[in-house]
Amino acid sequence: MIALALLIYWIVDNTVENLRRANIASGFGFLNGRAGFDPGQKLIQFTSDSTYGRALLVGFTNTMLVAVTGIFTATILGFIVGIGRMSNNWLISRLSLAYVELFRNIPPLLVIFFWYSGVLAVLPQARDAISLPFTMYLSNRGLAFPSPVFGDWAFLTFVAFIIAIVASVVLARWSSKRQMATGQTFPVLRSIAALVIGLPLLVFLATGAPLSFDYPVAGKFNLTGGSVVGPEFMSLFLALSFYTAAFIAEIVRAGIRGVSKGQTEAAHALGIRPSLTTRLVVVPQAMRIIIPPLTSQYLNLTKNSSLAIAVGYADLVALGGTILNQTGQSIEIVTIWIIVYLSLSLLTSVFMNWFNAKMALVER
Amino acid sequence: MRDGNERQQKKVLKMAKKILAALVGAAVMGIGTHGASAATLDDVKAKGFVQCGVNTGLSGFASPDASGNWSGFDVDYCKAIAAAIFGDATKVKYSPTSAKERFPALQSGEVDVLARNTTWTINRDTALGFNFRAVNYYDGQGFMVRKGLNVKSALELSGAAVCVQTGTTTELNLADYFKANNLQYNPVVFEKLEEVNAAYDAGRCDVYTTDQSGLYSLRLTLAAPDDHMILPEIISKEPLGPAVRQGDDQWFDIVSWVHYALINAEDFGITTANVEEMKKSPNPDVQRFLGVEADTKIGTDLGLGNEWAVNVIKAVGNYGEIFDRNIGAGSPLKIERGLNALWSKGGIQYAPPVR
Repeated sequence: MIALALLIYWIVDNTVENLRRANIASGFGFLNGRAGFDPGQKLIQFTSDSTYGRALLVGFTNTMLVAVTGIFTATILGFIVGIGRMSNNWLISRLSLAYVELFRNIPPLLVIFFWYSGVLAVLPQARDAISLPFTMYLSNRGLAFPSPVFGDWAFLTFVAFIIAIVASVVLARWSSKRQMATGQTFPVLRSIAALVIGLPLLVFLATGAPLSFDYPVAGKFNLTGGSVVGPEFMSLFLALSFYTAAFIAEIVRAGIRGVSKGQTEAAHALGIRPSLTTRLVVVPQAMRIIIPPLTSQYLNLTKNSSLAIAVGYADLVALGGTILNQTGQSIEIVTIWIIVYLSLSLLTSVFMNWFNAKMALVER
Repeated sequence: MRDGNERQQKKVLKMAKKILAALVGAAVMGIGTHGASAATLDDVKAKGFVQCGVNTGLSGFASPDASGNWSGFDVDYCKAIAAAIFGDATKVKYSPTSAKERFPALQSGEVDVLARNTTWTINRDTALGFNFRAVNYYDGQGFMVRKGLNVKSALELSGAAVCVQTGTTTELNLADYFKANNLQYNPVVFEKLEEVNAAYDAGRCDVYTTDQSGLYSLRLTLAAPDDHMILPEIISKEPLGPAVRQGDDQWFDIVSWVHYALINAEDFGITTANVEEMKKSPNPDVQRFLGVEADTKIGTDLGLGNEWAVNVIKAVGNYGEIFDRNIGAGSPLKIERGLNALWSKGGIQYAPPVR
C-alpha cells in the first residue's frame, strides 16, 4: 500500500515538475473558455461562442447517441442472427453462419471504413439524391428527412403517451398477480397495444392534430430544411451494430444451446405447446446464460464508439482532441475521457447486473 | 491440496510486493528521470540526429516518396538544421504528425523542432509553452470550390458544407468568418489531411478550406485538379514557422538563425553552386557570414562550428532556392513568391544582420 502510494506520488510529482518546466498552464479552468469552433454534429444548442465544457457535453451526447442506438440495433440483429443459426432451414442457418464469421473476424475499424468509404461515400451527390418515400433523400451527404414541427398543444400527446405506458405497467402487474391467484388469463398484449397507441392518438386528434413537417428542399449547395443524419453517424452506427451483432448472435446461440434438452422434453411431456415452451421454459433459462456476456458486448460497443474519429464523427474523443489541441491541456482532457468512459461502463454494468439478478433463477 | 495452493499464492504475493517496493525505491532515487532536458543541442549531438516533426503528407511542404525519402519546403528546414549542427543534412529523423498530434509531440520532447506549417499565434506562444520567431512562409486562409458551383466569392457560400481539418487555426478562423458575415455552414471535420482530401474529392462537402499554400498543393492531388478553383478571399493571417519548446534559448537561437541564414544568403546572392567561390568574396559581410573572417566566433557563439552557414547553404541552398524547388516556379505547385519575396523585392521576408 505504501509502495503504491509512493509510486503515485512520484508519478504526480514528476508530471507537475515537467509541466512547470514546459511552461504549460494546468487545471480545469480552461473549460470555461470560448470554444471558437463548430462541431460537425450536435444534439444540443451549440455555437462557436459556447464554452469548451459545453463542447465536451456535445461530444458526450453524440457518444451516447451512437452507443444507445447501436446497442439497441445490435441486440435485435444479434438475436435474429443467433436464432437464425439454429434454424432448420439450411439457407438461413448458413447465411447466419457466414454473417457471424465475416463480421467477427474483421477489425471494427475496417467495418467502419467499409460503411463510410465503401457504401455511403459512393452514393450520388446531393443534387442527384435518391428520392425515398415520405420526402426522404439519400445522398453522400447523408439521409435527409422531414423534421416534425410541433404545435401549441402537442405536449399533451406526449403526456398521454407517458400515462399510457404507466397504465400498461400497472395493468401487466395486476394481470400476472391475478393469474397467480386465480389462474385466469387476461389479454394483456392486446390491451397494452390499444392503450399505448389509442390514448395518445385520441389526445392528438382532440387537440386538433398540432403537427406539421419541415420538408427538405434542394438549396444552392445542399438540401435545406428538414433534418439530416450525416454519413459519419450512419457509418459508425451501422458498423458498430453489425460488428457487435455478430458477437451477440454467438452469445444467444450459446445461451439457448446451454439449456439442457431435458427441459424442453419435460415441458412437452407436460403438454405445453412448443411456442409456450420456448417463451416460458427455454428463454428464461437461456437469459441467465446470455446476460453476463451480453454486458461485456455492450461495454465493448460503447468503447468502440471512440473509433468515431476515423470518419470524423464528433464524439467525445474527437471533440476532446480538438480542445486538447487548442488549449494544450492533455492531462486534463485525458482524465475527463477516462472518467467518462469508466463511469459509462460502470453504469452499464450496474444496470445489467440488476437485470441479471432479476432474471436469475430464484431458488425457493 | 487447497491449503498448499493458498500458501503458494501468499508466497507469490509477498514476492510481488517486494519487487514493487524495489521498483518504487529505484524510481524515487532516480528523480533525475524528469522529461526532456533543457539543453536540446547537447541531446541532439549526443543522439547524433535531429528529430523533426513534419506534416503527414502535404506535397511541396513535407511528403515521403515511394522509398520513404522525405522532401519538401519544411523538410528542407529540418535538413538545414541538421547541416548547421552536424555538417550533414542526412542526420534527420522525421516524425509525421497530424494537426492534433503535433503539439503534444513537441511538448513531450518526442521531437526537437516542429517544422509543420504551423501558425504562430499568441496562444501557442504562451499557453502551449512554445517559442516562435522565424516565419518561413507568410500564408493566409483561403477556400477552394468546384468550378461547376459558379461561386465567385466566399460571401456566396452560405449553406455550404465545408471540409476542414480539426485542431488547426483554420477551423477557428472558419467559424469566426462565417459568424462575422452571418453565413450558415455545415462543418465536416476530420483529423487527418488525407481524410479531408478524400472527403472533398468524393463530394462530401462543397468547400475545402485551409491555408492557401495548402490548397494549391492539395488541388494537385485531386482526381481532376482543373475542375476546382481557389476563391480570391484570404480570411486570415497565417505566419508559418518552426516551433520549439520554451526554456531553451540556445536551441531557439539555432532554429531561428538557420532561417535567417537562408534569407541572408539569398540577400547576398549565395547559392549552393557558388558558396565555395563566395568564401573568397572581398565583401566583409559575406566573409563574416561564411565564417572565413579571422578569429571569428560566428558559429561558436551559437554552439555550432564557424562554417555552419556554409554547410546549410551547401545542403539546401538559400531561401529562394528552397522556395523555387519545392513550391515555387520550379515545382508543380507554381506558387508566387508574393509576401514571401525578399524585403528588397517587394515582399516581407527580412532577416537581421549577421554581425
